[in-house]
Amino acid sequence: MPDLGLEVLFKGTNMLRLLGGLGVALKISLIAVAISIPLGILLGSLMTWKNPVARAILRLYLETVRIMPQLVLLFLVYFGTTRWFGWNLSGELASIIVFVFWGAAEMSDLVRGALISIPRHQYESAEVLGLNKVQTYVFVIIPQTVRRLIPLSINLITRMIKTTSLILMIGVIEAMKVGQQIIEANRMSSPNAAFGIYLAVFFLYFIACWPISLLAGYLERRWKN
Amino acid sequence: MNWDVISEYIPLYVEAAKLTVKLGVIGIIIAILVGIVCAIISYYKVPVLKQITQVYIELSRNTPLLIQLFFIYYGLPKIGIPTNPEACGIVGLAFLGGSYMAEAFRSGLEAIEPIQEESAYSLGMNKIQTMRFVIIPQAAAISVPAFVANIIFLLKETSVFSAVSLLDLMFTAKDLIGLYYKTSEALFLLVVFYLIILLPVSVLGTLLERRLRYAGFGS
Repeated sequence: MPDLGLEVLFKGTNMLRLLGGLGVALKISLIAVAISIPLGILLGSLMTWKNPVARAILRLYLETVRIMPQLVLLFLVYFGTTRWFGWNLSGELASIIVFVFWGAAEMSDLVRGALISIPRHQYESAEVLGLNKVQTYVFVIIPQTVRRLIPLSINLITRMIKTTSLILMIGVIEAMKVGQQIIEANRMSSPNAAFGIYLAVFFLYFIACWPISLLAGYLERRWKN
Repeated sequence: MNWDVISEYIPLYVEAAKLTVKLGVIGIIIAILVGIVCAIISYYKVPVLKQITQVYIELSRNTPLLIQLFFIYYGLPKIGIPTNPEACGIVGLAFLGGSYMAEAFRSGLEAIEPIQEESAYSLGMNKIQTMRFVIIPQAAAISVPAFVANIIFLLKETSVFSAVSLLDLMFTAKDLIGLYYKTSEALFLLVVFYLIILLPVSVLGTLLERRLRYAGFGS
């Protein structure tokens, strides 16, 4: 049995430090999700409007965010905007900005998809019944879209958590960085710590995301019809 | 923005883009193969293999590529499995992409109603003919949007390769920012090169989706 370097995990407060690192990532993703969901709902509803200018702008925003890797967006905000506008941005704030920018776009597309999946006769019937635009949305369209939307937005949370692993690259101290520090500190006493620590971080992310994915899958099956 | 600096940097980015595309293409091809195998296993409900596939899919879909790469590149050599950066990037991308591709193909296969298979059998087709002429053409068309989205997603994910010391586009940009402080030029080229790689894929994908929208008969 080769030395797996797992004993480092139980030395001192190492496990707690790793959890704390994961906590930083979770905190950033939850803040970003909390802002991007309402923003995405707003933008997604705007996307179904007939106004061509608004649609073109939103479309451009969505495609830009879609096509750029999130890490490039992080670099643009963290290294770029600080240089161009001369402000000071912490890594955490930069990542929240980027994840909101990205999450709102993804969410808006989900909302748009859910809204246009409602057959047109629902809108028309509401209009025939004399409901105005606001009433149509509040009483007819939104209740039907919510069921399609909830599993998808829960999935967005896991994607957000997975994406927060990138903040390591702009110098935020999260689980991976803490892991590297632990490995460095124990280089002499347990040279194989890299295996155990990275395996632990792998499973920490898994434990954070898996239950959320299961919940999304469950709701999706349950509300299928 | 200094155009002389930009023209000086372009060759560096071209080299980096070649590496990104090379690893991305190889990784995606392996991911597609892994996905096909996994989808077939779960479609035919092969005992034991099905459970293994399920565990693999859950593990791979619920962890970030960056963490997978760190584990493969820094973790595995400690227990005697040697790795080099390029192989690590390809294996990581295939490990991540395989599960996404498997889900795309599986949902396509599952969307085909059993009556299609039964009708094919009653027409005297054998198992292979049914797959070849009835199931796969319909399933493929249904899978296409997810398939295209996965390819773009995986190409974007290659941006974390710099973490395992691969000299890709991100690495080049970070290097130029760190060494010469040419932030604007380095970031401008970074965005331009990712657009050059990803825009054609995105446009081709949209065209392919339109072309294959013959499925969903009667809806």
